[in-house]
Amino acid sequence: MIPHKLVPSSHGVDVRHSFAGAALVRPLSRRSALRQFGLAGLSLFAASALAPAMADEIVGLPLPSGPRERPTTHDFPQKGHMILQRTRPPLLETPMEVFDRGVFTPNDQFYVRWHWAVIPNSVDVNTFRLAVRGHVNKSLSLSIAELLKMPRVELAAVNQCSGNSRGFYLPRVAGAQWAHGAMGNARWTGIRLKDVLDLAGVKAGAVQVRFDGLDEPVVTDAPDFKKSLDIDHARDGEVMIAFAMNDEQLPLLNGFPLRLIVPGWYSTYWVKMLSDIEVLDKPDDNYWMAVAYTIPDTPHANIAPGQTGVKMVPINRMVPRSFLTNFAEGSSFPASTPSSVRGIAFGGDNGVARVELSSDGGKSWRPTALGKDYGKYSFRQWETKLALDKGNHALMVRCTNLAGDTQPASPNWNNGGFMRNVIETVQVAAA
Amino acid sequence: MRKQLLAIGCLSAAMLAATPALVQGLPSIKSTTVDLPPGDSMFPGGAAADAINNNCLACHSADMVLNQPALPKATWEAEVHKMIHVYKAPIDDADVPAIVDYLASMKGAQ
Repeated sequence: MIPHKLVPSSHGVDVRHSFAGAALVRPLSRRSALRQFGLAGLSLFAASALAPAMADEIVGLPLPSGPRERPTTHDFPQKGHMILQRTRPPLLETPMEVFDRGVFTPNDQFYVRWHWAVIPNSVDVNTFRLAVRGHVNKSLSLSIAELLKMPRVELAAVNQCSGNSRGFYLPRVAGAQWAHGAMGNARWTGIRLKDVLDLAGVKAGAVQVRFDGLDEPVVTDAPDFKKSLDIDHARDGEVMIAFAMNDEQLPLLNGFPLRLIVPGWYSTYWVKMLSDIEVLDKPDDNYWMAVAYTIPDTPHANIAPGQTGVKMVPINRMVPRSFLTNFAEGSSFPASTPSSVRGIAFGGDNGVARVELSSDGGKSWRPTALGKDYGKYSFRQWETKLALDKGNHALMVRCTNLAGDTQPASPNWNNGGFMRNVIETVQVAAA
Repeated sequence: MRKQLLAIGCLSAAMLAATPALVQGLPSIKSTTVDLPPGDSMFPGGAAADAINNNCLACHSADMVLNQPALPKATWEAEVHKMIHVYKAPIDDADVPAIVDYLASMKGAQ
């Protein structure tokens, strides 16, 4: 047990107030951290950081190599049972069984991913302001109350991390070692980004719109996390500023009070704690657009490991995926008994046309029945009955979207571990 | 006539209220304050972990690093240099070899 007072902690922080009225928690300066570490006597801390006191239990992710074990936790605010990938800044994964319980992912089990550790732990909705500025006729500073008076829209959409399933990449790549739970589906309620931009009046010559949230790097000259969309995309009437998910205000760790919703696009663009909208008259060359979250400009963003000299482009539209949710890897299946096999699928930037199942390693495919359609950007449940002879079977599930894109039979690879959408296989033992 | 107009007004208000965008009551958006877990566990390994514990934990907890698969030493060197040059981690040059050695020994390719 670590003596509490010797432990550097994000409770030992300076609290300051930002322009937006949110209290920012700034972790210890390096100097004070060093002082505290030095006092602690480093050799005392032999306990594994993988088994913190906060762990509820250890789960095994079906990754191709270790470490597969992750603690689960209930220790994050407004969050229930989650798989702990990183404590600070938080990376929390949704357990697969949550996707078996319904087409919408509950807020308290919706995955969490932050880049920088300076995350406001308090937001006052009365003083919070959303700035709209840059290449506009009139800069705006909008309160939550003003935003709530604007025409309201609602949309079901999947939010998926660019690196969801990165842990399955072979060869393995550095980064968050997610299984498949860095995704979720919610009903987002908010206002159209277009309406907010129209209120400010976009000037001729606008090229992109850049989005920034309240989170900040610990080191002040590190690149603040900002993302941009092309102006036509930003004004397409689908991109939203959400203030509610699944009919409740956003959990703080999912972006309270406002989050950008970019239907059909990877979550890197869904800026959390959205506080600043800047219309640009030239393309955004900031690190998070020009370098980070770029993918090879090749089919399926696929290259050979070690391949260099490839043109890179910002990651963008999602691609179809599907998952079996009521049988985990290696689970047993009742032999010779027709059993329900079910799961979820999404079409990426288009609706789900069909989901098919194979129980013979992909040689033959059978159709499945699709559940209620909540719109082209939502999860879609699928189900079929299957009887299996005694023995081991590889169950594969494949989604085709309304544009005719089908999940590929072989996995892609790139240095970032982005855009996995290979047909997934679950091994079951019928007995 | 005025009464009639009023009635029509009420009726259209009711009809408007029946459209999905308006029947929904205003969601209550309430100020929120939370506590986040500190994530202050140290890297294991005693003195071999001094450099990584001294330099890396101000920005992120140890757990994600320990969740990484085995990676070549060159990958770990690149990761540490990315932290310094891109993410501006204030790491003493003298500590870099010890950090890379620690990562390669804990998480080196077989």
